[in-house]
Amino acid sequence: MNKSWQSLTGYLRVGLVAALATGALITGASAEVTYRRGNAGDPKTLDQHQTSIDVEANILRDLYDGLLAYDSRGKVTPAAAASWSISPDGKVYTFKLRENGKWSNGDPVKASDFVFSFRRMLDPQTAARYAALHYPIKNARAVNRGELPPAELGVKAIDDKTLEITLEQPTPYFLELLTHQTALPLHQASVEKYGKDFVRPGNLVSNGAFKLSEFVPSDHIKVVKNPNYFDAKDVKVDTVMFYPTEDSAAAVRRFMAGELDTNYQFPIDQLNFLKQKLGSQVRTAPYLSIEYYATNVQKPPFNDPRVRHALSLAIDRDFLAEKTWGGAAVPAYRMTPPGLQNYTPPEIAAAGETQLDREDKAKELIKAAGYGPGQKPLKIEIRYNTNDSNKNTATAVADMWKSVLGAEVTLLNSDIKSHYAYLQNKGDFDIARAGWVGDYADPQNFLFLGLSDNAVSNYSRYKNPDYDALLKKSDETGDQAARMKILSDAEAMFMKDEPVIPLIYRSSLHLVSPKVSGYEDNVQNVHRSRYISIAP
Amino acid sequence: MLIYTLRRLASAVPTLFIIVTVAFFLVRFAPGGPFDMEQPVAPQVLENLKRAYSLDQPLFYQYLDYLGKLVRGDLGPSYSALDFTVGEMLMRGLPYSISLGFGALILAVFGGVTAGVVAALHQNSASDYSVMTVATVGVTVPNFVVGPLLQLVFGLMLGLLPLGGWGGGDLSHRILPTIALALPQMAVIARLTRGAMIEALRADHIRTLRANGLSNSIIITHALRGALLPVISYLGPAAAALVTGSVVIEKIFAIPGVGAYFVDGALNRDYTLVMGTVVMLAGFVVVFNLIVDLLYAALDPRVRYE
Repeated sequence: MNKSWQSLTGYLRVGLVAALATGALITGASAEVTYRRGNAGDPKTLDQHQTSIDVEANILRDLYDGLLAYDSRGKVTPAAAASWSISPDGKVYTFKLRENGKWSNGDPVKASDFVFSFRRMLDPQTAARYAALHYPIKNARAVNRGELPPAELGVKAIDDKTLEITLEQPTPYFLELLTHQTALPLHQASVEKYGKDFVRPGNLVSNGAFKLSEFVPSDHIKVVKNPNYFDAKDVKVDTVMFYPTEDSAAAVRRFMAGELDTNYQFPIDQLNFLKQKLGSQVRTAPYLSIEYYATNVQKPPFNDPRVRHALSLAIDRDFLAEKTWGGAAVPAYRMTPPGLQNYTPPEIAAAGETQLDREDKAKELIKAAGYGPGQKPLKIEIRYNTNDSNKNTATAVADMWKSVLGAEVTLLNSDIKSHYAYLQNKGDFDIARAGWVGDYADPQNFLFLGLSDNAVSNYSRYKNPDYDALLKKSDETGDQAARMKILSDAEAMFMKDEPVIPLIYRSSLHLVSPKVSGYEDNVQNVHRSRYISIAP
Repeated sequence: MLIYTLRRLASAVPTLFIIVTVAFFLVRFAPGGPFDMEQPVAPQVLENLKRAYSLDQPLFYQYLDYLGKLVRGDLGPSYSALDFTVGEMLMRGLPYSISLGFGALILAVFGGVTAGVVAALHQNSASDYSVMTVATVGVTVPNFVVGPLLQLVFGLMLGLLPLGGWGGGDLSHRILPTIALALPQMAVIARLTRGAMIEALRADHIRTLRANGLSNSIIITHALRGALLPVISYLGPAAAALVTGSVVIEKIFAIPGVGAYFVDGALNRDYTLVMGTVVMLAGFVVVFNLIVDLLYAALDPRVRYE
């Protein structure tokens, strides 16, 4: 008993001292501006070559400037590079780095830092998860396979401020690729000095608007303004605290209590409640993502395009977007999301019709294919990975297929790892839920999902040599307008076959306090803290 | 006593070995691996990754390798927190969970025992019924309800306490999660204490004390000593569960502890993190059960370890 009392009083004493100390800190603070940012989860890594998720990108884009970067509206702007030129054959990109570009420790940003970073990214020893994104660079694939040494990579420092990147073939979306968080530079000296530990606070040297100050896993990441940043005078917050608000319902309560200035993600089923309560602080904006159902085109009855079209037409996407997704989604009738610059998507007839018309067509098609009431029974199993939105979507779609097509629908869910492992290992299925978030804003990044040589994410096992040929042709077309036309034709061909049934485009979900300005909705869903200012 | 302690600790080694072996192979049976994601990795990248983590080796070789490293105290790299090893993660997270868990344990024991004794002394009175009603509610209402309720009332409505985060260990940040963590345990302890206390008060030696006209406080002290035995045996596993963190409470209150490691590790197929958590949990259960047995000897003169 006595012992417990001692530890209790000790516990209270420690708490009290901590409380006083924190109180002193708060009162002692001057007009420093702190931006408290709910980030929906902890980063798995701060190493730009191991990163794979948006939570990491949000932090890395504050710490580092790539050659190019997105501005607050999601437009590509010069960042570490001041200017660039592209050779007439579209294969050689020459970047001029900013003369005043500096690392957070004062070292100048050199072209060799980029060379070092790209080589490390593609070195098989690094085992970078997103290495394949950079395969358009000359010899990148061979280097990543271990067939060539990293020095053979087509990235060269001409001098300290000039970087030359040579590509395998013209890649019209290459500049977009360079905005990805895996294309950020590394401070060569500190990576060589600290090895894997270069990401730790105190070791990490960055060239962006902020530098890393503290990282307490699952608690917070603190980044502070980098005085050496070329545009430091325009950076309006001194400190950004990233909180890993994984429990989004709890994060909403913290936001409402004023503990967070912005928060990424909230529970979709609370959208209406939140809109009533918080009004314009609730931000939903379409971004580069799609939810779709892959059909198994090698298996009857899904090998019949009429069946696939019937299934697609029978889905009331307005209901899905408005009711199932609570308005945080937009109906999708094709693969590419809206908001891709310079791209005119093909006309999809169904998009302009009423749901009743679509259902009539669906009934005709399924009858012609020989399925439904009075004919062969239409049995469908929908596989999805376990979460509330997927479950609600599958339940709604099953109901639509039952009532419109007379199908017998069963649902099967498994956790996300099992689900995707099953699809990627070519397990048998009828209909499988999948989602895709674009890595760069180009139609190619969505249409490649149907390429026959896409061994991992062509879940439908769709094979169409004409489609493959069109995409290949688009890669080889330097003229942007002509290329976009080819991609649009390819998408029209894809939707004519409809191996996958697009459902909705997801919206990004943010809570933004009225005190915050500079937090603009954009399809890239990129919000760099350097554009944020906070009213007292 | 010392020999007994050492013998108990030595006998834990084969137990731990079996637990580690079963867990190692069980977690590998789960479909999918650490690198299966919605945005899949390219086949070449997958090969590089498997090589980097030695997952390209035969499973039995990986098992031997893991055992060898475990003996040297190396729990391996994490597959989901790429910048840290599992050992680093546990060392970082455990202090938060232990500190919160001990606070909750102390609160639960003091609150629960006091409430139980009060209820037992006034059996079938209004105070007994109210304590037992609260205790029943405490046991039945899950902590994913209690946590948000506390946040709503004390954080949002009254604005008295912060809703989440560790706040550098600030007491105000700990109050709500400690209460939410302690409540169900407190309720169980109150019920256990009440039952055992009622029984103890009817025991022969207590009746003798009463017959000798000893004061109420002395009688209670003597009865309590016997009544605490079932509470103590319950406390072993309960303490292990409390100090190794609660998934729900740590998520709701954004506490950077180890509570979520097991579930997150399993869902992410973070093999090494799951194994590390299993080793840690097993270790705590062994130690706390030992402490319980030693406390038994201290409280009950009939129990002796030679």
